[in-house]
Amino acid sequence: MAIIEIDQLSKSYRVYQKQEGLLAAIRGLWHREYRDVEAVKSIDLKVEQGEFVAFLGPNGAGKTTTLKLLSGVIYPSGGTARVMGHVPWERNNDYRRRFALVMGQKNQLWWDLPAQESFRLHQQIYQIDREAFSNRLSELADLLGVEKLLGRPVRELSLGERMKMELIAALLHSPEVLFLDEPTIGLDVVAQHNIQQFLKYYQQERKITILLTSHYMKDIAALCKRVVVINDGMIKFDGSLANIVESFSGLRILRLLLAEGQTAEGLERFAEVESVELPKVTLRCPREKATKSLSNILQHYQVEDISVEDPPLEEVIANLFNATE
Amino acid sequence: MHAFSISNRIACWWMIFRIALEERLAYRGDFALGTLMRFLPIITQIFLWLAVFESLGSGDASENQLAGYTFSNMVAYYLLSMLGRAFSSMPGLASTTAKQIREGEIKKYLIQPIDMIGFMLLGRVAHKIAYYAVAALPFAFVFFLCRGYFSGWPDAEVLVAFSVSLILAFLLGFFLDLCIGLVGFWFLEVSSLLFVYMLLNFFLSGHMFPLDLLPDPWSWLVDLLPFKYLAYFPAAVFLGKVERDQLWTEVGIELLWLLALALVARFLYARGVRRYSGFGG
Repeated sequence: MAIIEIDQLSKSYRVYQKQEGLLAAIRGLWHREYRDVEAVKSIDLKVEQGEFVAFLGPNGAGKTTTLKLLSGVIYPSGGTARVMGHVPWERNNDYRRRFALVMGQKNQLWWDLPAQESFRLHQQIYQIDREAFSNRLSELADLLGVEKLLGRPVRELSLGERMKMELIAALLHSPEVLFLDEPTIGLDVVAQHNIQQFLKYYQQERKITILLTSHYMKDIAALCKRVVVINDGMIKFDGSLANIVESFSGLRILRLLLAEGQTAEGLERFAEVESVELPKVTLRCPREKATKSLSNILQHYQVEDISVEDPPLEEVIANLFNATE
Repeated sequence: MHAFSISNRIACWWMIFRIALEERLAYRGDFALGTLMRFLPIITQIFLWLAVFESLGSGDASENQLAGYTFSNMVAYYLLSMLGRAFSSMPGLASTTAKQIREGEIKKYLIQPIDMIGFMLLGRVAHKIAYYAVAALPFAFVFFLCRGYFSGWPDAEVLVAFSVSLILAFLLGFFLDLCIGLVGFWFLEVSSLLFVYMLLNFFLSGHMFPLDLLPDPWSWLVDLLPFKYLAYFPAAVFLGKVERDQLWTEVGIELLWLLALALVARFLYARGVRRYSGFGG
């Protein structure tokens, strides 16, 4: 049985439709118009134990709503979901002891106290026995390189250090399922990398199931074999990252290094010219024509070096989002 | 369901209490100053009552009476009502609760296996204890200076009823403020509501003047409300204004109010969470 099973899950919000202008605002005092916003539209998804799945999608696509549904913070307006056999929004204590949610923009630790104190509170809340607690804490602190910061008030930590502490707080009770909402948002490259490395190691080591949402393609490329693209509340793609490029981009990028004395003149006959910075030229052409174009170019030009690449992931994803809107 | 042993539960409560206390002490300078500043109004209030009593009848404040209160009685009442307020006032509770709802911090209580109301109650107990640690000495000092206004200690039974009424005042104050804060589930902004509540509370609790000063339909009405237990009632018990045979009946009614308000708070919380989960999150 899959550890997470989502069946036709939907969530719509009723939002107050505000009209422009003062008159409308006054009218709004007694007569309000509401509008239903469907944040999640009938999603089906199965995740197996030990998978590391990324939710990818633009802002407002429904990623965070899905994570909130799975962690039981909100009720669905239709459909069902089971995580480890529990219906999340019943908020069983038994379920709540077995998962964790980390939100990159929310702070769970006590601001004025050292993180260590928040951890000890978690120890009590989750009933972790003393020995297991100190072992896990020192292991996690060591992996994330924050042993020396445990005694410092959280308000004095940098954003990256704080995020590491949030992760420790979330993992102390050894959750079997972990939901991460934008865990690297706003972090510098080094901190992002550290957190990626940690998550990768921890997930492989413990074989826990992780669902992650992120805007950073690098997070996803580094961590997740499986990507679920959500846009407009629906699942648009479910598969490997490599497959996204294959299914959604029919383009290849050809990079040429022309020999001395060669110009780029006439290259547009064989492929679309993207940029020319002699001796470097970048071209793009439909995938199925790539071989043909290459052999034509090689016949007519002297080329010192050549490479054929997929378009950058960001671009493919952006196209994918645009296409599905 | 996990079986929770009692000792585990107590260990958890103790940790919540300890952490709330530590947090309270993180800004000890500001906290101590704030606590001490609350003693300043005593002086102005005593002079105010002195002026009131001097303007009555014969011009000698010590001989005039107001609804059965002499000037000394009045000062004693005022000091005791302050002590009641030290238990029942909950600075920031309603506004923090509403803020936690508005800013989504409430999620923590939905995700983690803890109960929000219990958690906040323990936090408040810690706040109060930190407060008494700082305020106990100044309080004792003020009472010592003003000992002349009191006519001796009441007997043991009254003292017990007085102590019980202070503890109940704390709990009653907690649940009243919490209920106002929980209204934040329905309205994003509760500050105006809170303002009205605080104003009412100031008069109806007897913090401003003894409630038996009020003329008849009003005193009857105020007597029916729970606010009097926040300041007036403990002071009235101490000063012997509550008939001996009524003492424990009144405490019993206070207890019923407490239960009712605790239930209302539970109900508001449950409905609020349902609304929150249905609409936003």
